Amino acid sequence: MSSSTASPTVEVQGVSVVYPAKEHTVTALDNVSLNISEGEFISLIGPSGCGKTTLLRVIADLEQVSSGTVRVNGMSSRDARMARAYGYVFQAPALFPWRTVLANVCLPLEIHGIAKEQAQRTALEHLERVGLNGFEGKYPWQLSGGMQQRVSIARALGFEPKLLMMDEPFGALDEITRDRLNEQLLRLWEREKRTVVFVTHSIPEAVFLSSRIVVMSPRPGRIVDVIESGLPADRTLDIRDTPEFTRIAHRVRVALQDGHGGEH
Amino acid sequence: MSTESKDDGRGLWWRFGPVVTVVVVVLVLWYATAVGLNSAQVIERTLSAQPGWGAIDLIRLTLSMDRPVLPAPHQIALDLFDSVFGWPLDSPRNLLYHAAVTSSATLLGFVMGTLLGALLAVVIVHSRTLERSIFPWIIASQTVPVLAIAPIVIVILGSVGLTGLFPKAIISMYLCFFPVAVALVKGLRSPGVMELELLHTYAANSRHTFWKLRVPASLPFLFPSLRVGIAAGLVGAIVGELPTGAQAGLGARLLTGSYYGNTVQIWSALVMSALLGLVLTGAVAFTERALTPGGKR
Repeated sequence: MSSSTASPTVEVQGVSVVYPAKEHTVTALDNVSLNISEGEFISLIGPSGCGKTTLLRVIADLEQVSSGTVRVNGMSSRDARMARAYGYVFQAPALFPWRTVLANVCLPLEIHGIAKEQAQRTALEHLERVGLNGFEGKYPWQLSGGMQQRVSIARALGFEPKLLMMDEPFGALDEITRDRLNEQLLRLWEREKRTVVFVTHSIPEAVFLSSRIVVMSPRPGRIVDVIESGLPADRTLDIRDTPEFTRIAHRVRVALQDGHGGEH
Repeated sequence: MSTESKDDGRGLWWRFGPVVTVVVVVLVLWYATAVGLNSAQVIERTLSAQPGWGAIDLIRLTLSMDRPVLPAPHQIALDLFDSVFGWPLDSPRNLLYHAAVTSSATLLGFVMGTLLGALLAVVIVHSRTLERSIFPWIIASQTVPVLAIAPIVIVILGSVGLTGLFPKAIISMYLCFFPVAVALVKGLRSPGVMELELLHTYAANSRHTFWKLRVPASLPFLFPSLRVGIAAGLVGAIVGELPTGAQAGLGARLLTGSYYGNTVQIWSALVMSALLGLVLTGAVAFTERALTPGGKR
């Protein structure tokens, strides 16, 4: 429906990523195509080795394609990176321990040459948005894992990128923290309508967050199914108990099993 | 209140008890060794002339010799005290004067060595080729004994008219730069893939990566190496004072002491250089604490 408007934010065309190895080459991605429109929340889900992180890294220009094309905002992924078109959240917070929370969020702004005062004002705004006002003077080690990851999200949002890429950002957190952060992330997305590409291996997380779920399978990494989720935008965690949620989760699970079964 | 003070008392003992115990044990052993080592001379020179001497005489005499094999701690302490407080600061009899001469060479050498070490580390981190061509020389430089290098440096620099402080500082630098270079190479390389990729996604250039990531990440590696470096630099400065026939400095003091068999003087110069080493490394540690932001650990 929304995918017909103008050119997509992310356009992946027939992308393969092959790692040459001694014995036999490893195909991390095999002829993958995917279009992501502005404002979508896309989850990439699949077992480990299915290339979901590789696909995200290809879009972010952290990994080079062996064949195929990637375009972000109509530019090559490298140009998009140089134009600072996206924010990227890693599996670990990757905060600099010698910087305070505020200084960590300021880091990308400093690199982009924004004046210190302006950068700090922006950073404080974003810390507030992830619910961390009052913690700007702390050092990373004084924060819990969930708070650290929220700092890294604030850091990624700092320069207002249209596109936010997240690589299993909550994978290392306990389930209760993860649920809360999922809900906060959804609210953030709902409010600001940024395009989000989210890598996860948790079915409930993918179903709860996404407007579209891309199911991938390993050896070679490829897309086996794309599932549209029609859940209401203002959903809360309670929706996980509804039959609608269960139905979508079931479809995802079946797609994952099919992908895996087809291999053997 | 009373329980508090009791706790305090126990806390004090826990804190200083082991230190005091070690000091007492060392002193007792030292006195016993001094009596043992000095007794042969005392018996031969004095006591053999007076029959009927006892243990008390032996101990009294062995601990108050002018040129003992091993001076007793109180002799060294008295000599040190006398030299520091009995003479004006600019007198060559005052050990503080010598300590100042040595530490100025050490500090100059330390600054030069740190800069050289940092420069080498930056060059090595930036180019694998340079690493392969420079690193073996750095290692090799440290396998040459400083005692062999020192006279060569002094003679060569002396022939071009450089004497006094500078040649000593060069020798000090020679020992200083190594730990700094090795630690900084490790520190500048310490950022992980994720931190580097993070900056990559910000389209950061190599200058940003260096100043905002590599340099701050290397500081925890740098400071311990500075402490090693300044202590090594002190050794270098003292060694540099030995072959010059230098008039001043702790090394010169050690040398004249051994020329004239003045063991007490040697030992007080040794104690003074140990104290100087403590002060210098303490100053580095203090700077570290002042410069490290409230974070870490």
